[in-house]
Amino acid sequence: MRGKFAILCAVGLALCLGASSLLAAAPEADVQWSELARDIFKGRPLNDGTGLLSIEMPYRAEDAAIVPVTLRTALPTGDTRSVKTITLVIDQNPSPVAATFTIDPGVSMISTRVRVNSYTKVHAVAELSDGALYVVETYVKASGGCSAPAARDTQQAKVTLGLMRFRQFAAPKQAPASTTREAQIMIRHPNNSGLQMDQITHLYVPLFIVDRLRVWQGDRLLLAVEGGISISEDPNIRFAYRPNGAAAFRAEASDTEGHVFRAEWPAERSDM
Amino acid sequence: MRQLLRHHVMPFTREVLRDRSMLFVRAVFILICLFANLDRSTGLTFCKQSRADDQFSLSQVAPGVYVHVGKTALMTAQNEGDIANIGIVIGQDFAAVIDTGGSVREGSRFLAAIQALTSKPIRYVINSHAHPDHVFGNAAFAKLGATFVGHANLPRALALRGPLYLDAFRRIMGPQLIDEVKLIAPTLMVERDMRLDLGRRTLTLKAWRTAHSDSDLTVLDELTGTLFAGDLVFVRHVPVLDGSIRGWLAALDELPEIRARRVVPGHGPVAAWPDAIADERRYLQRLTQDTRTLIAQGVPLAAAVQTAGATEKLQWQLFEEYNTRNATAAYSELEWE
Repeated sequence: MRGKFAILCAVGLALCLGASSLLAAAPEADVQWSELARDIFKGRPLNDGTGLLSIEMPYRAEDAAIVPVTLRTALPTGDTRSVKTITLVIDQNPSPVAATFTIDPGVSMISTRVRVNSYTKVHAVAELSDGALYVVETYVKASGGCSAPAARDTQQAKVTLGLMRFRQFAAPKQAPASTTREAQIMIRHPNNSGLQMDQITHLYVPLFIVDRLRVWQGDRLLLAVEGGISISEDPNIRFAYRPNGAAAFRAEASDTEGHVFRAEWPAERSDM
Repeated sequence: MRQLLRHHVMPFTREVLRDRSMLFVRAVFILICLFANLDRSTGLTFCKQSRADDQFSLSQVAPGVYVHVGKTALMTAQNEGDIANIGIVIGQDFAAVIDTGGSVREGSRFLAAIQALTSKPIRYVINSHAHPDHVFGNAAFAKLGATFVGHANLPRALALRGPLYLDAFRRIMGPQLIDEVKLIAPTLMVERDMRLDLGRRTLTLKAWRTAHSDSDLTVLDELTGTLFAGDLVFVRHVPVLDGSIRGWLAALDELPEIRARRVVPGHGPVAAWPDAIADERRYLQRLTQDTRTLIAQGVPLAAAVQTAGATEKLQWQLFEEYNTRNATAAYSELEWE
């Protein structure tokens, strides 16, 4: 009897393992990076960006609606080129290009938050001042549970639409002589990715996102962002920049319904 | 086995003795299963097939109030999404179901257990909010002619998130369990308060402002003082934040005004009211305080969520699975203060 039981168990286990490996192997019609890259960058060659550009994301997207991503640039000493733009691509998202950042040469770090729909590779492609493209990639595991890449509190979003905040951070303590500072720009916006008519509820949620954001230090454009539907609710960008002595920062954002939001803040003294 | 029997026999002896034919069928079944289990080689397959009938526990927590306590776990194919507490209140004329579980399979097992308990028609199917572990069983109740009831925000939440949930859980639990899931939105919606008459028994429903989620609804059975709190209350299972941490703390200030004896939390064991919310309140306060401090210090989100709330780790089950996520939600809310 016992032997028979063991055999049954073994068969059961084998079936389970077989089933789960089948599940894991089942392709979900994955978008291929090679095809994406060809479409987005018009077939231009992509060089390995290791050492020049980095992308940091948590391995597991704990909250599908808010996954932090940090992009850093570091051209080797002697390289006289600068980074013009960085394009962030979340391969398996419905609209893979999450954002394109056009940056002032002094901007060496950009950190934002994105929605991640499923297990996906994420690519960052930098275009340098000589036109060359460099790519780096990382991988994010989708979150489990009831976390969804959607708005969390749909009521409150309407109340404060377009409110902007700007925060300037003290220079990092470990590098008191550092010439870079960090700042953060935040915009209240639901950034609804849009939804077809829902068959059950007959609700229709239109596309409603911040599609353009620009930040100036004095008269100099520091950062311009073209955003897509993968940018999280309340778009939030933290970046490192070189202070140029200007007295104020200014920002302008626009959304897909034609709203334009503007704000200005005095620059804090760099020694604080 | 003894435990399974206890769960099943208890409701029979108390309420449904009149349903003799069903009792007989089930008694025979239990005997067969017991017998079959002596010979494990056959018992294995037999009891596996009959899992729907045999392993679904539904316990009486007060007269006419029954609760199935879900596992403290994430939804998986193995547990068929059976992780949330779901229940039923039986009045003189009608019964009302509160949440339907995390799969149609679980919902069907729940329905079978209910039908073994009572012949009263299920008049209402109430969803406490939009999360999959509470609504994915709805389809099992779709053909009964019951009215689906929920928070006024529930249709929108289901429309926005439902398709994403289906995709995500098809991946996690497999198509067999998820393909039959249907998102069923409420047709009776609660803006603030509502009373449902079950016949000599009234349920008081209250729709909350954004707290655990943006569609939280509580259900009070006045007769026995049993509060179905949905995921506004977690016991032992770490609270999961998917709404507003400030809103949730505000709800926790208001919740004790509900006069109840016991609470059926969304997750965790049935507990005394209102003592049951003390741990949850402490956790949410700690997370709020830690997060505010980290924001003030200029610590970026990615780093802050690694430490916020960490001192609560040993107090909760599934802490690793949810705390970072809670901290992420808290940070993105509190940085706007």
